[in-house]
Amino acid sequence: MTTTTTSTATTTSASTSTARRASSLLGWAALILVGATVGLGLVLPKTQEQAEYSRLIAVHPPAAWASYVAVGVAAIAAIGHLVTRRASWDRVTIASLEVGAVFTAITLATGSIWGRPTWGVWWEWDARLTTEALLLAVLLGAVALRRSLAPGRGRAVITSVAALATVGLLPVVHFSVQWWRSQHQVGTLLSPDPASNADNPYIVAMLLGFVAFTVAFAWLVVQRVRIEALEEAHDEVILDRAITDRRAEARPTTEVPA
Amino acid sequence: MAYVAAGYLVTLGGLGAYAAWLTRRARQLTRERAQ
Repeated sequence: MTTTTTSTATTTSASTSTARRASSLLGWAALILVGATVGLGLVLPKTQEQAEYSRLIAVHPPAAWASYVAVGVAAIAAIGHLVTRRASWDRVTIASLEVGAVFTAITLATGSIWGRPTWGVWWEWDARLTTEALLLAVLLGAVALRRSLAPGRGRAVITSVAALATVGLLPVVHFSVQWWRSQHQVGTLLSPDPASNADNPYIVAMLLGFVAFTVAFAWLVVQRVRIEALEEAHDEVILDRAITDRRAEARPTTEVPA
Repeated sequence: MAYVAAGYLVTLGGLGAYAAWLTRRARQLTRERAQ
């Protein structure tokens, strides 16, 4: 019995150590790749149309890409949770939704900064900008809704449904530039209009950005999942203490006769 | 160049701030769990 317990503890300790090492490796990879993207992006040549503002191509589309990946992963994890009812899928769902909100906010902010010198305005109620803002509102709403609910199966199911509803917005955001009149360009990669395709150095910087931000997304999700698990354990401890206290309060006091 | 610098700062600042918050929260919860 003692041997089995020791063996289980050793296995758990080893797997925790491996997970930490993998997370650390992922973090370093994200740091190096994001650093390389920034380095490459800042030395991109100026263009005739947009001067140095084209250098934002290394961060703005990759941030948008990462927000798409986040919403997609959240939806897959939501299906995983609804099918299996496993808590690990629920943690990935909320982690992806929250990290997705961060990347969507960065997409909107960098887009606004890029729009000011090229369009002459910080904001325009354009189809792409409006749908992207709607995506951010929905993501923040899903995270806020989750925080307002008590932990349990009901909260996990509602989070899953919210993630599945959010993924329905992705085609609307992506194809908004084709479905409605938009000031935003149609696409930088695989554009139906060959004139809007970017030149090679820009494509390389952007693709590196896609990889870097995907790895950064993965690392952030791993950290957020860990926090979710720690918070669940913390909530359980607090609940146990509260129940013990209430039981102690409710216990009838036996009076000692004088 | 100010707009380009602002775009990169917002990106790195946003990701950095969120990563720092996650790291701090994880440490705090781990410490509380150990107590």
